[in-house]
Amino acid sequence: MNRIIIILLISLITASSSYAGSDGKNELSKNPNGEVKDCFETINRGVFAFNEGLRSVIFEPLAKGYLKLPSPVRTGTGNMLSNLGNVVTIPNNLLQGDLVLAIKNIARFGVNTTIGILGVFDPASKIGLNNYDREDYGQTLGRWGFKEGCYVVLPVLGPSTVRDTIASIASFSGGDAWYNITVRNDTHYVSDFDYYFSRGATGVDFLAKNLGAVKNLEENSIDFYASVKSLYLQERRQKIANADKVTETFDDSDWEEIETQ
Amino acid sequence: MKVYKKIFFIVILSTFINHSHAKAPIEFISEITSNASNILKENITIDQKAEKLIVLAENAVDIDGIGLYSLGKHRKSITEEKLSEYKTLFRKYFLKSFSSRLSQYSDPQIIVTSQNIINNKYTIVSSVLVETAERPEIKIDWRVYTKNPNKPLIRDLIIEGLSLARTQKEEFNSVIQSADGDVDALLVNLKDFNSK
Repeated sequence: MNRIIIILLISLITASSSYAGSDGKNELSKNPNGEVKDCFETINRGVFAFNEGLRSVIFEPLAKGYLKLPSPVRTGTGNMLSNLGNVVTIPNNLLQGDLVLAIKNIARFGVNTTIGILGVFDPASKIGLNNYDREDYGQTLGRWGFKEGCYVVLPVLGPSTVRDTIASIASFSGGDAWYNITVRNDTHYVSDFDYYFSRGATGVDFLAKNLGAVKNLEENSIDFYASVKSLYLQERRQKIANADKVTETFDDSDWEEIETQ
Repeated sequence: MKVYKKIFFIVILSTFINHSHAKAPIEFISEITSNASNILKENITIDQKAEKLIVLAENAVDIDGIGLYSLGKHRKSITEEKLSEYKTLFRKYFLKSFSSRLSQYSDPQIIVTSQNIINNKYTIVSSVLVETAERPEIKIDWRVYTKNPNKPLIRDLIIEGLSLARTQKEEFNSVIQSADGDVDALLVNLKDFNSK
């Protein structure tokens, strides 16, 4: 826990455009059109091209193979990975002051890990503990009022921002219980391989679910890099604001100016 | 007095006629999604589906409005001549990418659930794309332009909270910015896309 506090303190100091004393939602609504600068665009585009290469050579064939597995196998895998994500979601529910959601997610995690056989099945949903949105340390910083900083594309991991990258260090510094028992500590039951395999599987599962959409976007974009960047930043803002509608997170005044009737 | 009576009668009648043609945005979207679904279900080639979808889009989507929105701040500095060229190119680009995106789906089931009137110009209609074995349920919101209630038009699709128009706008801005603010770079890109 001390490490998390240290990381958060470091990020408090280093975040370029920090703004203390505001909640994320208010900050977003105050500056809804605040553009996220692409300070490292040349490097980002290079890394993006590298990641696209990885996608087409490694991840896409894996995703296509994964899609050939029987549907119950894919559902079970997706459930298990989603259940594992709770170990990061729960501390972030608490850090965001959402005690009720934290308790629900703890209960959900407990039920699905035990009765649901390590999360393969999802009995929690059947008793009213629905699958709530995932939370991470980047979202928590966003809720606390930190702006995104510059947009960055990380090798293999993909789109991020300075804030989200700094925040993800928290996961590798004690904030992710799954990482702690696989990589950080030498347990006899699980190893480094399990962690990296689960991260890879999460990526493949996501790509498999969105393969058509990704290909479609790529084929119909005149600047695929810019499209991915826009979608990533929209999604992060929406998640941080916990908003259901895009109209809650973005300024729509531009629409008001356009008259065609 | 008779003249006033006649005018009064005509005004009342025309109001009634206008109202009888006004379509609620939720009904409008239900009708459009149903028509699109019927086209996609038809046992015809992808190209034939695309042709039918283009006709549907031309009647239901405010392509010029989306084009102007996508141009963002640059629409204020562009010349009339360039704007006219842009509108033509954008229309072609939009219809090509729209039909290409949709025609690959087969029998999508969309359930329109509710509407939220933002102001007299805009209503957001909410719907869900029913889940299949391949993908989960997807929420789709439609920004409907209702300035003329008799001719509502779609201006944006917001899929799981992600606005396609905004994505388009940021993509176009990126192309223009990469060319030091020269809108011609966007026109060249659109021409290239359209000629593929």
